[in-house]
Amino acid sequence: MTEKVDQSKRHFLTIATAVTGSAGIAFAAVPFLSSLKPSARARALGAPVEVPLGSLEPGEMVRVVWRGKLVYVLRRTEEMLQRLSGVTEFLRDPNSADTELQPSYASNEHRSVDPEFLVVEGSCTHLGCAPIPQFEVTPSTDWFGGFFCPCHGSKFDLSGRVYKGVPAPTNLKVPPYSFTQTNVITIGIDSGNA
Amino acid sequence: MVDKENKQAESSSKLLDWIDQRFPYTETMKQHITEYYASKNFNIWYVFGVLAMVILVIQLFTGIFLTMNYKPSADDAFSSVEYIMRDVEWGWLIRYMHSTGASFFFIVVYLHMFRAMLYGSYKKPRELIWIIGMLIFIVLMAEAFAGYLLPWGQMSYWGAQVIISIFGAIPFIGEALVEIIRGDYSISDITLNRFFALHVIALPLALVALIFVHIVALHEVGSNNPDGIEIKEHKDHNGIPIDGVAFHPYHTSKDLVAIIIFLMIFSFVVFFAPDMGGYFLEYANFEKANPTATPEHIVPVWYFTPFYALLRAVPDKLGGAIAMGLAVILPLFLPWLDRAKVKSIRYRGWIYKTALTSFAISFVSLGVLGVLPAEGIYISLARFFGLIYFAFFILMPYYSKIDKTKPVPNRVT
Repeated sequence: MTEKVDQSKRHFLTIATAVTGSAGIAFAAVPFLSSLKPSARARALGAPVEVPLGSLEPGEMVRVVWRGKLVYVLRRTEEMLQRLSGVTEFLRDPNSADTELQPSYASNEHRSVDPEFLVVEGSCTHLGCAPIPQFEVTPSTDWFGGFFCPCHGSKFDLSGRVYKGVPAPTNLKVPPYSFTQTNVITIGIDSGNA
Repeated sequence: MVDKENKQAESSSKLLDWIDQRFPYTETMKQHITEYYASKNFNIWYVFGVLAMVILVIQLFTGIFLTMNYKPSADDAFSSVEYIMRDVEWGWLIRYMHSTGASFFFIVVYLHMFRAMLYGSYKKPRELIWIIGMLIFIVLMAEAFAGYLLPWGQMSYWGAQVIISIFGAIPFIGEALVEIIRGDYSISDITLNRFFALHVIALPLALVALIFVHIVALHEVGSNNPDGIEIKEHKDHNGIPIDGVAFHPYHTSKDLVAIIIFLMIFSFVVFFAPDMGGYFLEYANFEKANPTATPEHIVPVWYFTPFYALLRAVPDKLGGAIAMGLAVILPLFLPWLDRAKVKSIRYRGWIYKTALTSFAISFVSLGVLGVLPAEGIYISLARFFGLIYFAFFILMPYYSKIDKTKPVPNRVT
């Protein structure tokens, strides 16, 4: 008995098997890919951090860790705040136009709720090194003090705003924070939601 | 006496027959070892493939023993490495062999790749060997990078921070991708744990599999030689290339000399200069990882510095990442960028010789610049050499075509 092979049926079955198999592989891949995301414990460790400000002298800075990220809290002096408006022409984004980088309540020249206290992530927006505080520098024509990244030479002013002509593309990030008590900042809780 | 020997020979051939009926042992040995013919005019450039295999074995072997005492957690990793160095019997030797092996792997692989560029070993019909080889190189870089995080020192931590952040430069998906690589919002215990998994299982498996197909592809088309002539075009009446000699015992005995000399140099470094003045083991890494302070001067290990110099030469995050990625990917296209009719540098004209020399000088110079701080004249120099690096590949279809070549002889010289 010589029956003719139905090529089109065979072709259809091949394609159907391949499509079904691919769909199965795609579904089976989901658990594996999802397991790569931050786990429940990693997410839970992102709890808010309280920073008491009582002992912080003007011109002094503390480093705290929130969600494993380094956060700088700087108490600026009057003189430091005056320097902010003088450097505008050297900055890439002096008015914090990029709204992703700071909560709305920190979208101003001093990039903070209270002008005196600056709260920024200590992570260079280029490749994540921790910028070094260089608040007092010898006066030069293009560097007025702020944060200097030792890795690739990016410069940020005393509000964490990025200078022009450096590898870092954006200003330093401002994490969500609020004044929860007198002289206590809580990083991780938005102002207005406390 | 003679009778006894005959009997032994007979029983061993019986065993061989038994095996050969069930597994192609004799056939495989002949095809790949005793009757694999490679050109008789190999020079010193042809030992680096074998040396890479030797180092692979050293790395796998020492790696298994290190795993027996290493603990992949942020709390214990650093101290478990110190424990291996101080308390485990001969642990220091096993670790120094592994860390020195990593650097030697790259020395040997870079020379192996340069050999292919000298003699046109990537050209038809060996394009696939070259592409598989490039994939091996990329996996090897990933393997070395993952391994470098494991001691959990300052340079492990901040080096990983910088390299992982490069992926953040990719538009739209960058940030999410970085989070998936780290498995956390910053480099943490979780990151260390998964890099350990990649370093000891996933990437070595990929490496071994790729090396296997690299060699299968090589043995299918046959090895190139310093003249760039296909020895299979001239066979004797037995079908054996006239200019070829069997891999074993001829090439293996030559390779054995190279292996012994290599092991002498390797041992010297392991015993007398395992940190190589801070280049094989960076001093900043003798301090435990501290997420709140970046070391003043951060550089990757020497074998990544040519690409790192390119990253820093571009004053833009995405641009720098693209330059770096391109520098790694471009050589993949060599088989099609090169339009010359001859393979070997011996029969090429002055243009290609100049181009390849400038390329080699640029690559080494970028490597040196990647170690130096990114300031002043160093940035300008990195841009200059970076330009030559890219011009070598991008202009190749043009200059390799107009270059005047010499006639290629029929038989190897």
